[in-house]
Amino acid sequence: MSRPVVTAAQLGLYSCHTCNLVTQAKRGHREVVCPRCGHHLHMRKPDSIARAWAFLLAGYILYIPANVMPIMHTSSLFGAQSDTIMSGVIYLWHSGSWHLALIVFIASILVPSAKLLGMTFLLISVQRRSLWDPLQRTRMYRIIEQVGRWSMLDIFVVAILVALVQLQSLATIRAGFGAVAFGAVVVLTMFAAMEFDPKLIWDPQGGRNGSSIVGH
Amino acid sequence: MAPQSSDIDIDELQEVLHERKKRKSLPFVWIVPLVAAIIGGWLVVKGILEKGPTITIRFTSAEGLEAGKTKVKYKNVDVGEVKHISVTKDLLGVVATVEMVKATEPYLLEDTQFWIVRPRIAGGQVSGLGTLFSGSYIGSDPGKSTTKRRDFVGLEVPPIITTGMAGHHFVLHAETLGSLEVGSPVFFRQEEVGSIVAHEINKDGQGVTFRIFVNAPYDQYVNANSQFWNASGIDVTMDASGIRVDTESLVSILIGGVAFETFPGVGPRSSAAEAQEFTLFKNRNEAMKRPDPVSLPAVVIFDQSLRGLTVGAPVEFRGIAIGEVKAINMEYDLPENKPSFPVTIAIYPFRLQALLGGHVEVANDPEVRRVRWDGLIARGLRAQLRTGSLLTGQIFVAFDFFPNAPAAQIDWTRNPPALPTVPGLLEEVQQSVVNIVHKIDKMPLEKIGIDLRQSLETLNRTLTSTDKLVKGFDSEVTPSVKATLKDARKTLQSADQALTADSPLMYETRDLIRELNKTALSLRELTDYLDRHPEALIRGKKRGGQ
Repeated sequence: MSRPVVTAAQLGLYSCHTCNLVTQAKRGHREVVCPRCGHHLHMRKPDSIARAWAFLLAGYILYIPANVMPIMHTSSLFGAQSDTIMSGVIYLWHSGSWHLALIVFIASILVPSAKLLGMTFLLISVQRRSLWDPLQRTRMYRIIEQVGRWSMLDIFVVAILVALVQLQSLATIRAGFGAVAFGAVVVLTMFAAMEFDPKLIWDPQGGRNGSSIVGH
Repeated sequence: MAPQSSDIDIDELQEVLHERKKRKSLPFVWIVPLVAAIIGGWLVVKGILEKGPTITIRFTSAEGLEAGKTKVKYKNVDVGEVKHISVTKDLLGVVATVEMVKATEPYLLEDTQFWIVRPRIAGGQVSGLGTLFSGSYIGSDPGKSTTKRRDFVGLEVPPIITTGMAGHHFVLHAETLGSLEVGSPVFFRQEEVGSIVAHEINKDGQGVTFRIFVNAPYDQYVNANSQFWNASGIDVTMDASGIRVDTESLVSILIGGVAFETFPGVGPRSSAAEAQEFTLFKNRNEAMKRPDPVSLPAVVIFDQSLRGLTVGAPVEFRGIAIGEVKAINMEYDLPENKPSFPVTIAIYPFRLQALLGGHVEVANDPEVRRVRWDGLIARGLRAQLRTGSLLTGQIFVAFDFFPNAPAAQIDWTRNPPALPTVPGLLEEVQQSVVNIVHKIDKMPLEKIGIDLRQSLETLNRTLTSTDKLVKGFDSEVTPSVKATLKDARKTLQSADQALTADSPLMYETRDLIRELNKTALSLRELTDYLDRHPEALIRGKKRGGQ
């Protein structure tokens, strides 16, 4: 028989984020601070869901120009050209470097959209106090948090090219608005993931284990 | 130090501190999506506002066009981009769908022109070299019409753009196109001042109409009386005055061109209006030729060959052109059984004024004219055929005074009147040449040839024997001469030895000379003594102290 599942919140205990001191609050939970280091204490991240939603929505809005508008203007002796992320992928695919196309596609199109959709799913499920497989959702959250930074690959490439290829009349590369929007999407989804409190996934579980692997 | 978690009683944990001031948590975070929404909305609005009209342009070929890349340019500024290219339903051409920028909307009119700019090397012009690197683009020229249009037909050849250029258009009419084409230059005093903008065959098929553009400020030199002519290539004229080569410039030699000029004395110099029409003459001479107001027709009848005489050949009086040949005929005089060649000429009396008597006005009265002409003929005026150029064999009709010519009169019964002629100089020369040829013909050339051959044979023989003689001399005489020379050299050598300073001969000779000196001295003493004592000759030398 497994031990009872009790959360710190149920016991009225706080763990300071800064100095890790565990404290308890017997006289209410409003506006509490750590007695040792003075940091604000909360059971869950304050306004976690609302903030995550805000960043996520901003991410959604900027996701459109990030994909529609050119991220890079190339002008050279051989003419000017503007590339969106997708047109770059298509170009790479057609020119035979399908592995590169795949990397760019995954890093720049699949991952950001998966992040947006995944965060949306997590937020909705938490808001609806869903009981569905919290372990899976926690894993999903971890992946989202880990993988987020890799989407900046494209931005780095553009930044390096813009800095390097400035040969005046021969060839010049300028960053387009798409790059800004795309960078913003990546950063905003990272913020959203940061603001999201994964503990919320487990709160509706109450005394249940939710998964078998913790049962020891 | 840290106690085991299982041993801790929860109640022993430190109590949290409670802050007094309540911190309001404003939903600042919602500004982020708001800003994003504003940016997104602004982009959308901007996109909608900046979206220009979409037009279609039809071309025969999409060579060099690329959907999504090819730009439409006006004065090298991007004003649109090709979005889509498809073949027309009838498969005869391609249709490029172009998204233009907003600002071009008012200029997409009925007569707006589009053409594909490709590298072109034609007619002395190299254009669109930039497209070698950047790829082709679509050039455009806004129209002036008032009707809007969205579907265009692209030009195959770039037009000459005159929009926004100062100058005037003029219209020229010519019989043929010549070597002119769109872009051919227009020259004024050999300066390039404009170009041919367009040309087309007249609707009725009779002739060609050109549209030219003369740049400011040169357009002021075009006036209502200007003459235009085709200055194409090299104008080689072969006439009675020889070969003449006229050319405007090297460029016009290669690609042709049009030149204009206003010749003096052709009337008031009123400036030409826009699109004024002119005639394009074949060459400068034709443009220069002014229609002579009065011409006197006349006939000169020759009975010699007229080879080299052409219609249009000049009629000259001592080198001055006073008219031209209008027609050449042949008549056969049956009673006399001999052919004659009446040449119809036109004499321009204005040019004859000086000849007819200084500043005398041209007589309109035929009687007066008749009397004058009769007088001239009586003074010996005759027509004659002369060779203009030995090289080309062209001949012309020349008038001159021949006081010794047999008397003749104008045949006023003919219409036009027939003027008397004298045989041409060439004819006389020909006759004498023929005489010389006849004389040469009569010479016993064959006999002379045989004699010459015999003489040559004899000479040959003589030379052979001379050769032999020389050879004999060489083999017999030369050795003995050699021996003689050797002996002579020996003799000379011994002579040389004998004559050197330390040779016995020289020593003895010097001794001899010394002796002779002494002898001479004693002889002088003797003569001196005898001079003073001549008696000594008889009595002998006196002894003692004398």
